[in-house]
Amino acid sequence: MTDQPPTQPPAQTPALPIENASKSLLASVTTPTSNPGIQRSLVTLGSSILAVVIALLISGILLQVTGKDALTAYQKMLDTGLQSDKLLEMLQRATPLMLSAVAVAIGFKMNLFNIGVEGQYLFAALIAAVVGAQFSVWAPLHVLIILVVAMIAGSCWAGIAALLKVKRGVNEVIATIMLNYIALSVIQWLFDSFFRDDSVSGLNVKTKLIPESGWMPDLFGGRLNAMFFVAIAVVAAYWVLVFKSRFGFRLRASGLNGVAARTAGISSGRMVIVALLISGAVAGLIAMPSVLGEIHAYGQGVPKQLGFAGIAVALLGRNHPLGIVLAAALFGFLDSTSGALQLEGIPNSIIEVIQAIIVLTVVIVNEAVTRSMNRRTATRTARQLEAVVPAAGVAAVPA
Amino acid sequence: MTNDDIAVELVGIEKRFPGVIANHDVSLTVRRGTIHAIVGENGAGKSTLMKTLYGMHQPEAGTITVNGVEQHFKSPSDAIAAGIGMVHQHFMLADNLTVLENIILGSEPNRRGVLKLDDARRRISELAAASGTHVDLDAPVSELGVGQRQRVEILKVLFRGARILILDEPTAVLVPQEVDELFGNLHRLVADGATIIFISHKLDEVLAVSDEITVIRQGTTVTSVLPDAVTRSTLAELMVGSELPSPEGRESVVGSTVRLSVRGLTVPKAGQRNPVEDVSFDVHEAEVVGIAGVEGNGQYELCEAILGLTPVSAGTIELAGEDVTHASTRHRKAAGVSYIPFDRHREGLMLDSPLWENALLGREHEAEFAKGPMIDTRAAKKDCREVIERFGVLTPSESVPAFALSGGNQQKLVVGRELSAQPHILLAAHPTRGVDIGAQAAIWSELRHARDRGLAVLLISADLDELIGLSDTILVMYDGHITAQLDPATATPEMLGTYMTGGGMTGGGGEHTAEVLP
Amino acid sequence: MTATAPLPDLTETPEQPAARRGLLDALNRTPATRTLTAGVILLLLLSITRVITGADDLTSSGTMGTTLRLAIPILLAGLAGLWAERVGVLNIGIEGMMILGTWFGAYGAWQYGPWVGLLLGLLGGAAGGLIHAVATVRFNVDHVISGVAMNLFAFGAMRYLSELAFTGEQGGGISQSPVQQAAIPRFNVPFLAGGQIGNWKSPDMLGWLENKHWFFIGDVAGIARGLVFNISWATVIGLALVPLSTWILWRSRFGLRLRSSGEAPDAAESLGVNVTRVRYGGLLISGAFAGLGGAYLSIVASSYYRQGQTGGRGFIGLATMIFGNWMPTGALGGALLFGYADALKLRRADSITALFLFITFVAGLLMILSMYRRKTVPAIAAFVAAVLFLIAYETVDEVPESLTQATPYVVTLIVLATASQRLRPPAHAGKPWRPGEGH
Repeated sequence: MTDQPPTQPPAQTPALPIENASKSLLASVTTPTSNPGIQRSLVTLGSSILAVVIALLISGILLQVTGKDALTAYQKMLDTGLQSDKLLEMLQRATPLMLSAVAVAIGFKMNLFNIGVEGQYLFAALIAAVVGAQFSVWAPLHVLIILVVAMIAGSCWAGIAALLKVKRGVNEVIATIMLNYIALSVIQWLFDSFFRDDSVSGLNVKTKLIPESGWMPDLFGGRLNAMFFVAIAVVAAYWVLVFKSRFGFRLRASGLNGVAARTAGISSGRMVIVALLISGAVAGLIAMPSVLGEIHAYGQGVPKQLGFAGIAVALLGRNHPLGIVLAAALFGFLDSTSGALQLEGIPNSIIEVIQAIIVLTVVIVNEAVTRSMNRRTATRTARQLEAVVPAAGVAAVPA
Repeated sequence: MTNDDIAVELVGIEKRFPGVIANHDVSLTVRRGTIHAIVGENGAGKSTLMKTLYGMHQPEAGTITVNGVEQHFKSPSDAIAAGIGMVHQHFMLADNLTVLENIILGSEPNRRGVLKLDDARRRISELAAASGTHVDLDAPVSELGVGQRQRVEILKVLFRGARILILDEPTAVLVPQEVDELFGNLHRLVADGATIIFISHKLDEVLAVSDEITVIRQGTTVTSVLPDAVTRSTLAELMVGSELPSPEGRESVVGSTVRLSVRGLTVPKAGQRNPVEDVSFDVHEAEVVGIAGVEGNGQYELCEAILGLTPVSAGTIELAGEDVTHASTRHRKAAGVSYIPFDRHREGLMLDSPLWENALLGREHEAEFAKGPMIDTRAAKKDCREVIERFGVLTPSESVPAFALSGGNQQKLVVGRELSAQPHILLAAHPTRGVDIGAQAAIWSELRHARDRGLAVLLISADLDELIGLSDTILVMYDGHITAQLDPATATPEMLGTYMTGGGMTGGGGEHTAEVLP
Repeated sequence: MTATAPLPDLTETPEQPAARRGLLDALNRTPATRTLTAGVILLLLLSITRVITGADDLTSSGTMGTTLRLAIPILLAGLAGLWAERVGVLNIGIEGMMILGTWFGAYGAWQYGPWVGLLLGLLGGAAGGLIHAVATVRFNVDHVISGVAMNLFAFGAMRYLSELAFTGEQGGGISQSPVQQAAIPRFNVPFLAGGQIGNWKSPDMLGWLENKHWFFIGDVAGIARGLVFNISWATVIGLALVPLSTWILWRSRFGLRLRSSGEAPDAAESLGVNVTRVRYGGLLISGAFAGLGGAYLSIVASSYYRQGQTGGRGFIGLATMIFGNWMPTGALGGALLFGYADALKLRRADSITALFLFITFVAGLLMILSMYRRKTVPAIAAFVAAVLFLIAYETVDEVPESLTQATPYVVTLIVLATASQRLRPPAHAGKPWRPGEGH
């Protein structure tokens, strides 16, 4: 953003030739209705779906080129994934993805890139597991305490990046990337020096086990952990916070037009800190499904790379609560088919490839569609109004 | 004057933009080896004309003749090939590259890709000597002051063989010493055979340095004069026109409470002259104080300072007696300041958001819209609908995204929003820019009513109709100073034009000495 | 102003200060002399430390050799980041491009030979650069998102290819490739390190000097020998890329246009530079560097591809680029620094603690310098650091490996947080840009 004072009035959106007014699908979708919000949501959903399709096409080509049959692969994925127990697995895998995506999305809403989710969640997992193993109280309270500790720990780690950005102007992308690796180091050191439970022998080292009162129960015959509902609750809270609250309004305003937000009195420094703290708090919960539901400690079983997967899910879900749920479900669906693919002789790493390509296609498709849709909306609104009021003379002249 | 002597001739130039005629039947004759000034107010069409000459856009009608040959420039490259070079008002320099690198970029002397820096240095030194400039070729541009950067821009065009230089408001950001140096350079260049066209609204300078002056007003040429044959007052009158709207006769309702008080305000800006220098004025309850002046004389920075968006280096700002010089923007807004911004897209709207969210911006903390920490969406939408109706914003609904509205309607929404906040003080920067005549009248009416009910308004505008029609008193801003205070009922175009273009600064010139408020 | 003349300054005789100032001026004159002076002083301190602690590894040729081996991939990653940001595009995907380089390099080396492997690795990285370019330049995808996508893609795609190409081969599997049979040849420089001329093995003069363990001379010999003993040609190429990068960026037309695209693309465009084409070029080069760095890992530093081989070096490369102030020589300095710390760790655990003493000396020197320049805050900071590291030297026996891993990242954060005025990133790096938006 240049700091030059504006010397020209803002340019008018150029008038484009109006397309044939006969009903085309796109036209009906882009006609301004009394509720443009739903209409835009539908288009966004459509563009995300289109992006996934394109990604699948590209991956299919990659499969074919390397001698694997794409159709068989996709068929197998569909067949396996839609079975009922696999669907539960899909939800199970989607749980941490939803949490990660929400953490990232909060930052995105303010044009902040919190790549540090990766380090924040691992750090929080260690701290929470260690604290949770120290005592035993009434189960719901125990679990709640662990969750809160995890959120605070994640928040603190994110706070380092926030302070660096606001006080020293350090770009949050670089800072959080560095902090991710520092987190790995610190975690390793803490684990080795203090927190490893050496009373248990074997290769699978972890921290002291959390007593049963701190376990998150499994449901549906052990297929789905109750953290799933916690994740849903977090997504709902995200929706309320970002789209309904005053803070959320200011957050989005800062992201949509930082200059206008500042002019309107919204303090950008404070918003950055609060946004990153909340993002870190949510990030802290990402490993809780595995820590509270599976391993009941911190150890090698805690999945890595969930931070980056969350970025992918947030992008595919367009930072929208419903989108995040759907995108997480899709990724979970894909992940759940990995075993079956392997059995079929198709390397299951193709799933990661598909997910990576989705990240790019969804951003590209969304940008193209949004720009085209904006143009149409502007044109049609103008046309609609012109029919009512003929264009009057304009007062000022551009220099 | 034979045709051989004419470097540039424009005849009958016509340039239109959607909804607007920027240049109409403009003619210009520039003799070779002279400094030719083009003067006019903002929006008069001078920059558009020069951009046409430089090939940045094509005219709808008219001819361009350079050195006797008719030209049809499709792009600046064509103009450069014809020997024309343009130095823009906002420099295009790479801060971290050296002066030398900036000058040769894109036209680098090289042998098969390897830079021949010695050749470049030699050529540039020759050019620098010819124009009397001295620059350290190896200094990064970031270390240069504004005057030196301008010299680099001039060397850039000279390096590409320009013999006709166009300078757009070259002294806008220079201190007097740098202005003298610049004019010295220009004289040297002209002595060397170059032709200089420059755009300005600063009549003192124009009269001091140019060989011929062309006045443009409302998109068309008024006349061309020789500086010896004209006084500043006549020139100012030519620029501004000989008729001013007469203000409505009305009772002054100006109250006695001072709502906004500014004393000795100085606003700094890195690397250049202070945009606001020692400004003092008061705005009372139920008063409209108009600030007249060509855009770019510090009005924007003044507003930023009053809002708290930019730090001040000296002076105080008081809102109803409370010193807010170092208070946050939020605090000042809560104290009752509203702002209709200069650039609604950049400073006022979230284009992708629905209108009702835009209407809420800056007002989300008001009790009316708050349901605890939540936003009462229904109340916000209802309020937006009221604004839409009251200010005649043409839109199918309050949920339409802001970008879908025309500029005029966006402006109406912004004006409506700021007035609906029931402010005590309103900073209004050309509030009716881009708005159709009917709506303009409506907005003026709203402003007058608000004023009558006690609103204090600081109105910044280049539209004399607006200024004269609305203001209770008019201050003129030039080069960051307040140079005059005028009564709209008795102000003449000559007076306004004089003060807007630099008269009253040095003490000589106008019969009306600047009497600024205590 | 008093009427009387000022009293003569009796603290310095007239001749001395002029001479002293003359020497300081001479040493301080150009960046080259400053670096040289600093280098000599640091070497002196290092030598003193070695003598006191007896940690010969501090300046041994073995350590230096390992330093180079560890530094080259980081250097290449740093150069990759540099070439990209100089042209205006953030490259967070260096790690992914390096992964491409490790895989294709190992595959090529395994199938066709080490030199082909290096070339394939380079091309693999360049392909990654091309994808990044298409996404960011053509489609205006956010640079960070594209980088993240590149990392995800490379990780998954190379696993996929490994499963197809390496499973069933001897020594190969999903997560590693078969071992290569041939390696990039290494050499010893004649006379300095006992290199062969024809059939005659020349004397190893530096080795002889080093073994004497003389103060300072022995250290210089050790460090120098590390550069000329058992050197891989690939290392030579890697090092040569530093002056080559500098020369291209500052002395060629292409380089000037490239830098202008990263500094002020609007200005460049207005002067006729095809910024789009230049950005594609810069990103291809960036990817190539990353790919070469990866290939070095799987061909020179080891002899097979292993999943996770890059180990975050792509990001250390970013850190090196920042630490080196976006200059190729700076990146080299940073890479050597990080490589040195890594190398010491590998030699003997107590060498790191010896390093603490060295840092104490350096901090002390900085403190004196700051006091001389009358800058109180840096002086106090240096004093505190000196004390801390002295305590660390006395008390700590062994620094946990887990913490030293974090050194490059912590150093980068400190640099970013404290020295941001001296850092000169390309002005337009990472900002979105579309052609034609200039005027």
